[in-house]
Amino acid sequence: MSETSSSVVLEQNVPDILAELKDRFGAAIGATQETCDGIPTQWVARNSVCDVLRYLKLEAQRPYRMLYDLTAIDERTRVHRGDQPPSDFTVIYHLLSFERNADIRLKLALSADDLLVPTITGIWPAANWYEREIWDMFGIVFTGHPHLRRILLPPWWKGHALLKDHPARATEMEPFRLPQDKGDAEQEMLRFHPEEWGMRRAHESTDFMFLNLGPNHPSVHGVFRIVLQLDGEEIIDAVPDIGFHHRGAEKMGERQSWHTYIPYTDRVDYLGGVINNLPYVLAVEKLAGIEVPERVKVIRVMMAEFFRIASHLVFYGTYAQDLGALSPVFFMFTDRERVFDIVEAICGGRMHPSWYRIGGVAQDLPDGWDRLVRDFLDYLPPRLDEYDKIALGNRILKARSRGIGTYTVDEAIEWGVTGPGLRACGFAWDFRKERPYSGYEQFDFDIPTGQHGDCYDRCVVRAEEIRQSLRIIEQCLNHMPAGPYKADHPLTTPPLKKYTLHDIETLINHFLGVSWGPVIPPGEAFVGIEATKGNNGYYLISDGSTMAYRVRIRTPSFPHLQMIPLISRGLMISDLIAILGSIDFVMADVDR
Amino acid sequence: MSELALAWSNVILILAVVFSFAALLSWIERRLLGVWQDRYGPNRVGPFGLLQIAADAIKLLSKEDWVPPFSEKALFVLAPVIIAVTTLLAFAVVPVAPGIGVVDLNIGLLFFLAMSSLGVYSIVLGGWASNNKYSLLGGFRAAAQMLSYEVFMGLSLMGVVMLAGSFNLRDIVAAQEDLWFCIPQILGFITFTVAGIAEARRLPFDLPEAENELVAGFHTEYSSMKFGLFFIGEYVGVILISAMMVTLFFGGWLGPLLPPLMWFLLKTFIVIGFFILLRASLPRPRYDQLMAYAWKVMLPLTLVNLLVTGAIVLAWKS
Repeated sequence: MSETSSSVVLEQNVPDILAELKDRFGAAIGATQETCDGIPTQWVARNSVCDVLRYLKLEAQRPYRMLYDLTAIDERTRVHRGDQPPSDFTVIYHLLSFERNADIRLKLALSADDLLVPTITGIWPAANWYEREIWDMFGIVFTGHPHLRRILLPPWWKGHALLKDHPARATEMEPFRLPQDKGDAEQEMLRFHPEEWGMRRAHESTDFMFLNLGPNHPSVHGVFRIVLQLDGEEIIDAVPDIGFHHRGAEKMGERQSWHTYIPYTDRVDYLGGVINNLPYVLAVEKLAGIEVPERVKVIRVMMAEFFRIASHLVFYGTYAQDLGALSPVFFMFTDRERVFDIVEAICGGRMHPSWYRIGGVAQDLPDGWDRLVRDFLDYLPPRLDEYDKIALGNRILKARSRGIGTYTVDEAIEWGVTGPGLRACGFAWDFRKERPYSGYEQFDFDIPTGQHGDCYDRCVVRAEEIRQSLRIIEQCLNHMPAGPYKADHPLTTPPLKKYTLHDIETLINHFLGVSWGPVIPPGEAFVGIEATKGNNGYYLISDGSTMAYRVRIRTPSFPHLQMIPLISRGLMISDLIAILGSIDFVMADVDR
Repeated sequence: MSELALAWSNVILILAVVFSFAALLSWIERRLLGVWQDRYGPNRVGPFGLLQIAADAIKLLSKEDWVPPFSEKALFVLAPVIIAVTTLLAFAVVPVAPGIGVVDLNIGLLFFLAMSSLGVYSIVLGGWASNNKYSLLGGFRAAAQMLSYEVFMGLSLMGVVMLAGSFNLRDIVAAQEDLWFCIPQILGFITFTVAGIAEARRLPFDLPEAENELVAGFHTEYSSMKFGLFFIGEYVGVILISAMMVTLFFGGWLGPLLPPLMWFLLKTFIVIGFFILLRASLPRPRYDQLMAYAWKVMLPLTLVNLLVTGAIVLAWKS
């Protein structure tokens, strides 16, 4: 129900903004396109794309202020394109308007022999990394981009990985060899040259120190490298370097069946477990037109909230540890074990249960699940109160994190910040409330917000969100509907078996669904949800096959990391560590 | 002859006890942290995990003793030696109990302050000789921190000296027969405690190491027994500061019923436990906050203490 209710809101806006664009730009823009997700989709010409984007951001009434996603598709082998304009490569601008609570998608067609697009870094500075990623993955050149270089793949990589003719498996490539000279050359390419980034090595009487923090450093939470330009301990500038955790999750999506891709989603935000499954299965269900039973929705919500608690507990503990407090992390990991005990009892797995299925969940809840959940609901709240005293109430911790890493609501929107980082600025925007999915509209919970947008508030917001998640879980526990745990639909995975012995049609469907996997009808759908770290979304393109034609994973941590230089200039190294902790990122969620 | 033998046995005994206690402390600390952090700590090797110390020692001794090719080799090797030597030398003046102790200097307190000041050379040289940016930052932080905290560390003890009328540590202990100095010198006690933790570079004053920020700070490049010396040096430093706190503010070996040695050990252990509890409970302040705290809060407090004590002593005497 929720999906339809949110798309109703969107569909009301379709004539609005698209007609407005038609009025304003006339023939300069092209056709519109119908998509499964109901997001108004407009094709634009290359020479007017900047004007249209600028209009949408700055001039339109109730503007689209957030560059939510920017990606591309290699359309050369796509068969079912419907009445879309011809295009070899399509660049997709996905914008979000908070005033309208609506999205718009702009598509730009390119031919394979002319892959030039004007950059929009002048309109949205946040486009910088997205455009680099597109260049890295597709070889599309953004003219006027300040640093158009590889971002996810290493600088010595040959080719562009998301092209359809780029090998997807190591077995399709030359055997890997790393002789000494090649290794040395590759190491040399990683050396940081300040001049390439427009940085000076010295200023008047001081020589700057360039400190390479990461990719292996205790406080970068994974493999994240950031090069600091230092004057003493003061940060003059910083250049984040990502891609060390890149595993080609989007490319793998083009080689895995719709069903077997689910475990890969678990590992994108590896602290979020099944929350990662949710936007993916919701998007597939939207493409396939599957309505899931009420019980499935509530089970999904409950497990998602358990993982939100687990992820926030890790954040809480490691954040305190980043500020030098040794003990909280042990308490919080103990609590996280309790969460995992429940997850294990229900799903069988712990960190990566891969438990949601297309059209349902893998299993029904086991006997006695309610007792486990109730015990946990009694167990955690007093512990949380204690943590408020030992961590958030500590004066040193406050002195370390108040007023550090501050950004305003406008800056947050400008740079694409979602999730607790956005709410910490005082903007009560939660996708569970604003665009309820999976039945969140039936739950009673508050959106905790901060005021200052600093590290401390980001921590306070997350601590409070744990309590709200407990409220949601309690409601799930008290109102768990009866019914099936999987939709009665031929495209669910694995398909229901109960009719297979009655007629040949369902038997064939079942056989195909189990052996090949389901064939999802052609179309495009995007679903974004409130994940642990912000808005996580899957933009799926089906070409009527057993595998996706293109899987785009919009992850929250990617734009969050891009913002680090902005909020850390003028601070000290210790503050940077506090900022890194407070952002709560996971490198797999950045690099995918 | 027998006097010489007695002196030697005293030296060797104290060295042995300090060293083994420092090693034991690494186990005690981990077990205590375990208790306070809802976990076990090392409990697998030997009874209660006690042999963990031996396992650690074997590990440290058998690791490759690596001197980075880019380092300033002589200073790199010298740095860990300095910290071990200075902290152990400072132990010479600690009055453990009547008849136990290496030397009885009449400027014992000054000797202790001098030795603990020399210790900073170890950190700064180690950080600089490593030729690693993280080590260098750790060395810088250590230099600034130790200098700032040294200033009021010495001053905070002058109240004690005034009350006891002597720099001799045994006289100071004897002067506490009626009342431990932690009562009349409460401000001096607080400021010395803070300075002592900073001298020992323990959380919340472990900025030179600050693992979350500087990887391992000044000893990032150290491995094997050179790292072991820093490691032992830190624990010996903790024991030293604790022993000094007991000597200066808690009446040293004085106490009823139990033999003096037991009292001294018991009090020292309680202070060490307090050090470990601090580590379990506090986050780390930022570098500039640490400096502001030293100069804007601690130094004025120390000076106030000095003036008030001086005035009272003057009024008392006249």
